[in-house]
Amino acid sequence: MPAKASPVAVAAGTRRQLPWARTVFWLYVATLMLPLLWMFGMSIRPNEDILGSFALIPQRVTFENYQTFFTDPVWYSSYLNSIIYTSMNAVLSLIVALPAAYAFSRFRFAGDRFLFFWLLTNRMAPPAVFLLPFFQIYQSVGLFDTHLGVAIAHMLFNVPLAVWILEGFMSGIPREIDETAAIDGYSLPRFFVRIFLPMIRSGIGVTLFFCFMFSWVELLIARTITSVNAKPIAATMTRTVSAAGVDWGLLAAAGVLTIIPGAIVIWFVRNYVAKGFALGRV
Amino acid sequence: MTLILDGVRVRQRGETWLEDIDLELPNGMTTLIGPLAAGKTTLMRVAAGLLPPTSGRVVVNGRDVTSISVRKRSVAFVYQQFINYPSLSVYENIASPLRLDPSFPRREIDRRVHEIAEIMGIGDLLDRRPEELSGGQQQRTAIARALARPVDVLLLDEPLANLDYKLREQLRADLKDMFGGSAGVVLYSTADPAEALGFAAPTVVLGEGRIQHVGDVAEMYDRPPTLAVAATLSDPPLNLLPGLAHDGRIDCLGVSFPVPGERPPAGRVVLGVRPHQVTIERTGPGDLEFPAEIRLAEVTGSATFLHLLLPGSRHLVAQLEGTRLFTPGEPATAYVDPGRVLIFDEAGVSLPARPAAEADLHG
Repeated sequence: MPAKASPVAVAAGTRRQLPWARTVFWLYVATLMLPLLWMFGMSIRPNEDILGSFALIPQRVTFENYQTFFTDPVWYSSYLNSIIYTSMNAVLSLIVALPAAYAFSRFRFAGDRFLFFWLLTNRMAPPAVFLLPFFQIYQSVGLFDTHLGVAIAHMLFNVPLAVWILEGFMSGIPREIDETAAIDGYSLPRFFVRIFLPMIRSGIGVTLFFCFMFSWVELLIARTITSVNAKPIAATMTRTVSAAGVDWGLLAAAGVLTIIPGAIVIWFVRNYVAKGFALGRV
Repeated sequence: MTLILDGVRVRQRGETWLEDIDLELPNGMTTLIGPLAAGKTTLMRVAAGLLPPTSGRVVVNGRDVTSISVRKRSVAFVYQQFINYPSLSVYENIASPLRLDPSFPRREIDRRVHEIAEIMGIGDLLDRRPEELSGGQQQRTAIARALARPVDVLLLDEPLANLDYKLREQLRADLKDMFGGSAGVVLYSTADPAEALGFAAPTVVLGEGRIQHVGDVAEMYDRPPTLAVAATLSDPPLNLLPGLAHDGRIDCLGVSFPVPGERPPAGRVVLGVRPHQVTIERTGPGDLEFPAEIRLAEVTGSATFLHLLLPGSRHLVAQLEGTRLFTPGEPATAYVDPGRVLIFDEAGVSLPARPAAEADLHG
């Protein structure tokens, strides 16, 4: 009797194992993770240890840095600022981009292709180009140093991307569904909410992720058009040099905390992003 | 209830999709048949209100609805593709048009959904989502949704074309029963002659964006008024042979036979021969004989399609009964009963002299 091979073993057998594959993989992961681990290590050490000795394992573990972060209003409020304007931006971008993407995907109108391309060209310009106009306009209309101001400024880059991604997802849905809904008697808004949005929810997930990511890491514009009330966390991090020198531990703690919202968002949309890549729109 | 298309014309991107469509559809079922790209879908879309005609009117029950939005019309549409709402269950899919109609209370909706689902044979699938169903079940769901709400105009655009053969047969039989007592205008489009003949409903033949003929489908099959109608209603495709009419006779590929009845005007004619009317054994004394060469034999089981090459590089397909074996390249003789040949003039109009198929020519 021949021994029965388990299906797993058969599958593994058909795949050729490269001798160094495992080693190379872990080497790669280590290279990627090292700065992050290093930063985490710094964030739980007192400043003297960071500057004084070079050690992989911290000798004295302290959460003082995190404590400072959450008790000093300059730190935690700028952290909140970033979360607020990033969320506002993601929601606003989506609200604007959904109807726009639907129009581009479903209707032919004069100049539609040029308009679609022109939207994308907004992303090709370096953000610095828009600094001065934003600064002056915001000063005069009272948007300077507000969460809404930053959210709107970031929409300049996020709306084109959102339209581009959503249009891809929407065009994957047969037009006949829209027509069937119209025949059934759905009004356009009702169809959109009840039938259409559930069908493109992975597209919405991907869009939210990209809007969030851009807005969260963008520093130049966010810093220029804010001063105190809407100051982003990244701006606060660049201003930690005081008379006493750089507070390394606190900076590292802020860095760790800055990664967390991004990691949470990625966790939620990880499956959707794969779909977006498959569609070729991401 | 009536649906009238009055002088409907559709032009898109400089191309004419429909031209001179004047049609009055009565209550009950009408079949719309036409070859690929004949304009069937365009006509259905105009009738539904999904596509505004370039010119012309759509009148339902005496009311001009041309400019009325499809959302406000009383129509239902079934597509060739299986179109359902993927995020809703089968139950909600069927209930969807009823939910938007305030005249249906919740209990009535529930009753109707169950009733129609039972009729369509998907009564035990109501909790599933469309993507969990087979193609046939998906299309049954789409048809159930179209039937759930009583409408003035029900349009089915080749609903069975994307189904496999067995499912198609079964669903066709179900549909035939269903539309028998229908209380609205039902327009059913198909490219399959067997389907049109099976429904035996009043039939509209569409070709190249124009109405070719309207009438009884069996009669059209037996006495096609034009070549286009004959070709549309023939499956397997009609064999076409060139001929020359003179002095009451027709010459065709070296064979000459007298035209019974009225003399056709002299000139070129086209002869249409259905494949099952071609044999390779003599069946009667008057048969036309064509020397031929066997090119290919396709065996389907119940029939064998024999592809023959006639003099002058003309192809002729013979549909023979049963499984028959032939050797390509061998000579054969094709026999055609001249009494069953369809004769058309050069413009494709049936020659009036052509006698009915049952007339005795061999006398």
